Amino acid sequence: MDKTALEKLAPHPYLKKIKVFFEEIAQLTLFALRFFKEMIRPPYEFNELVKQSYLIGYKSFPLVAITGFIMGLVLTIQSRPTLVEFGAESWLPAMVAVSIIREIGPVITALIFAGKVGSSIGAELASMKVTEQIDAMEVSGTNPFKYIVVTRILSATLMLPLLVIVADAIALYGAYVGVNLKGDVSFPLFSLQVFGALSFMDVFPAIIKTFFFGFMIALIGCYKGYNAGKGTESVGEAANSAVVLASLSVFIIDMIAVQITSLFI
Amino acid sequence: MKTIVVEIEHLQKSFDNNQVLKDINLKIEKGENLVVFGKSGSGKSVLIKCLVGLIQPDDGSINLLGKSISGIEDKELTVLRKKIGFLFQSGALYDSMTVRENLEFPLRDSTSISKEEKEKLVIEALENVGLKDAIDKMPSELSGGMRKRVGLARTLILKPEIILYDEPTTGLDPITSREISKLILDVQTKYNAASIIITHDVECARLTANRMIIIRDGISYAEGTFKELSESKDEWVHSFFE
Repeated sequence: MDKTALEKLAPHPYLKKIKVFFEEIAQLTLFALRFFKEMIRPPYEFNELVKQSYLIGYKSFPLVAITGFIMGLVLTIQSRPTLVEFGAESWLPAMVAVSIIREIGPVITALIFAGKVGSSIGAELASMKVTEQIDAMEVSGTNPFKYIVVTRILSATLMLPLLVIVADAIALYGAYVGVNLKGDVSFPLFSLQVFGALSFMDVFPAIIKTFFFGFMIALIGCYKGYNAGKGTESVGEAANSAVVLASLSVFIIDMIAVQITSLFI
Repeated sequence: MKTIVVEIEHLQKSFDNNQVLKDINLKIEKGENLVVFGKSGSGKSVLIKCLVGLIQPDDGSINLLGKSISGIEDKELTVLRKKIGFLFQSGALYDSMTVRENLEFPLRDSTSISKEEKEKLVIEALENVGLKDAIDKMPSELSGGMRKRVGLARTLILKPEIILYDEPTTGLDPITSREISKLILDVQTKYNAASIIITHDVECARLTANRMIIIRDGISYAEGTFKELSESKDEWVHSFFE
């Protein structure tokens, strides 16, 4: 058979990539199913869950707080000129509050979380894999999936919504500071305008989607780390691909969440 | 007649098109040290990973402490694994835990053991490897030899009936290697455990082996005591000891 005929028979490089993509999705789905199975089955690793919640949640607090404050402040400063142009400066607290609570707070916090926690989980698990720590855990009679993966995914799923609530509150305070840089609005008046503008359908879907953000970020981090190769370069690869895919998944979930929410508004 | 604690028959394992283990057969008695010798990449580590179920063999049978591990249920395998100690090549200490926490880890599920008893077991295991003072150190603060000793202490804490050593002296200087080999002998005397020692270190094999098996091309090529094999007329076998 000549070369041209062979090339015709060989799958196109793009087809190969598409095949790899779908295989990866299938593997990730199986990994997620295993998570649910192991999560339900006793024994439960409560101590490790608390430890991971501290590491994933509490240790992320300073970064999330600083980002939240800057987010609120900058959004307010940037929005003011346009609103002034339309004579709607008094709408500034309400507009900023809706933007932060509905969209910017959850998404920016989730992206920061993906960068910090997703990469750290990916690198840690890959490093444990390379240095045979996961094997050591298995031969000592401990289920490493339950101990390492389930606890991290659960912690991230539970901690991210709390961090988003904190980030939103601090971002609103940042907005209050921003409003007062070129104006004079008292805190009670600012609060009244903010809470007057917000409804249940602004807050509830925004918080619910953060559970999915947290779940996907940790799931991808754990999947990439747990299935890392044997060389040390796989640690970097796992951390990198965990952040990239987790960030992408945040936007995809956000898009789906917006579509679902719009059905009820 | 001594009890056979490990029995492997016609073990086979391939990775893609590479058949690493073609036909491995071996038996180990209680309290015996068996050294598995062979060139790098000959499948020695694959062999012991098959023993504890970390790698699934393609064919053949493995009997540990009278139980076949093929088709064994997860719960039973977990119980069996607690009777087997595994010293990994790198020590495989948990980086995020102190030496104490590393040693306490295998005892987590043992609800019958009180906190005081756990502390006593940890200290005893560390004393056995001469590292009692390192109890509150992190693995990153330990040297290669110390990491292996702590790894061995963690292996010993459940008082296993079978101990698997994966390249226990690789990457260590000759003095530390000899200390580790002596430690393996001390463990044999104290715990009366059967051991499989995977190595290509002749000195380690000389010091620790009651019996040796040499793997070549995926089969148990030669078997005997260290003396018998080192004086073998087979050129390939003899070349290991030159």
